[in-house]
Amino acid sequence: MRRFHWLVPATALGALAFLYVPLMAVAVFSVNNSRFGLSWQGFTLKWYAKLFANEQILEAAWNTLMLATISTVVATVIGTILAIGLDRFPWSKRSFSLLDINLHLPVVTPEIVFAAALAVAFGVLRLVFSIFEPGLLNMIIGHITFQVSFVALVVRARLEAITSDFEEAARDLYADNAYLLRRVMLPLLKPGIVGGAMLAFTLSLDDFVVSFFTAGPTSVTLPLYIYAIVRRGVTPEIHALSTLALTVTVVLVMLSERFTRKQNKE
Amino acid sequence: MSSHLVWHGELTTRKTLLRRGFYFAAPGMIWILLFLALPSLLLVVVSFTTRGAYGQIEWSFTLENFKRLCGFGLYGWSADYFIILFRSVHVAFWTTLICILLSYPLCFYIANKPERTRYFWLTLIIIPFWTNLVIRAYAWLLVLAPQLPLARIANALGLVPEGTPLYPSSFAVYLGMVATFLPFVALPLYSSVEKLDWALVEAANDLYAGKIRVFLHAIWPQTVPGISVGITLTFIPAMGMFVIPDFLGGAKYMLIGNLIQQQFGTSRDWPFGAAVSLALMVLTLVGLHFQRKRGKKVEPI
Repeated sequence: MRRFHWLVPATALGALAFLYVPLMAVAVFSVNNSRFGLSWQGFTLKWYAKLFANEQILEAAWNTLMLATISTVVATVIGTILAIGLDRFPWSKRSFSLLDINLHLPVVTPEIVFAAALAVAFGVLRLVFSIFEPGLLNMIIGHITFQVSFVALVVRARLEAITSDFEEAARDLYADNAYLLRRVMLPLLKPGIVGGAMLAFTLSLDDFVVSFFTAGPTSVTLPLYIYAIVRRGVTPEIHALSTLALTVTVVLVMLSERFTRKQNKE
Repeated sequence: MSSHLVWHGELTTRKTLLRRGFYFAAPGMIWILLFLALPSLLLVVVSFTTRGAYGQIEWSFTLENFKRLCGFGLYGWSADYFIILFRSVHVAFWTTLICILLSYPLCFYIANKPERTRYFWLTLIIIPFWTNLVIRAYAWLLVLAPQLPLARIANALGLVPEGTPLYPSSFAVYLGMVATFLPFVALPLYSSVEKLDWALVEAANDLYAGKIRVFLHAIWPQTVPGISVGITLTFIPAMGMFVIPDFLGGAKYMLIGNLIQQQFGTSRDWPFGAAVSLALMVLTLVGLHFQRKRGKKVEPI
């Protein structure tokens, strides 16, 4: 333990308060029994009850989950084999750096530029194929695009960590390609794959910008719904919805921390 | 090319291996090419086209959009778009700087906690990191409402008339931006601070270095890797941010992100929107370039 000038803990606690006061305020007003205004009128859970009776919100929640699940499954498969393809084959230096730049593109492109480019691309594709109307399909494609590179980067880190010793041993024992992949590499890569999938899932749940540029009227997700309602004015239902979303975030963070800590112990 | 080699215990040829590697890498690579690289190229093409009367793209090529971005509009030259570009860089710069200044005490405070509770404190930064941006922006909207203490204090100090919220204002935008990006600087910085070699700090103290020199020569260089990740994660997204200025800044405090969103939304002017997106992309590349150059100077790896 080191002793710091009193300004250090003061600033640190101040910064944490700065992060949490707004979130706490939302949680407090989500149980406030007052339709208008922000004066305390007693405790109620009616806004939460209303939430579950609101079909638009339920539909948005369903869309959000569908979008996150489908895109995560696809991105995890593609991202994992991409990582293996990049890390375990004798690419020449030049082609590897080209592949590597392509892999990092979704990470370094500003989100809004990527979203705008997708909107334009789908707009042009629409002239030929009518299925590219703004909606769930476009959103899934958009989400997969940024998820793939995050999954691949996480899995690649794991590939580097486990080294190729086990694969060589398996080869020496006459394992063929399919056996090697299924019984040796995938089990060893599992923590990386699960970690990458969790990251991809959370990125999709949290995404606002890409969804905003690709969504149609029937594919509203929760962040889009909250955005649209807030632009019309603050309501108690939104306090309740945000508090629920916040709770889900807290649970997810704790689960993933527990998962990573378990991995580290092993 | 067809000479044999042993690769991870397998006797094979380079050609077979590369073909197999291609099958593995192709789906992901083609996906990114198809839905990111090609659309970006298309964005470049579209930025040279014209907006049709109904908001459609007309494929007659001009430099009109870029002229407009440089301020040459229907009514002569105006600095409006320059102001928006400049403001975006300005806001992103100060947001990043304030986040860095807050992150140092925060990270040292947490790293100094006993190991058992350190994990809890760290989780306190991770939770806002993963909380939805729209919710966090909206939470500030709520805190700055006229009936709540912050607005009342401002009113008592004579800063705003009674019953007015503290938004839309540049102050509100800064609050929202700093709160949004603080975890993005603090988390990477923490990983550097946790590994800090305190022997160097003690050596500096033994040599009678003042507090500022201890920081500059013994602490700062060790935290550069963390800070430089933090800067990249903050400065670039901050320039393109549009939810926070949209909620907290109003129409008077537009950033480049709002300008892009407006072109793709209400204005339905995709060619101009594409030109503005390219401007943001250029700013980003310039930022990344400086970042890499600085990183190289400090860390000769």
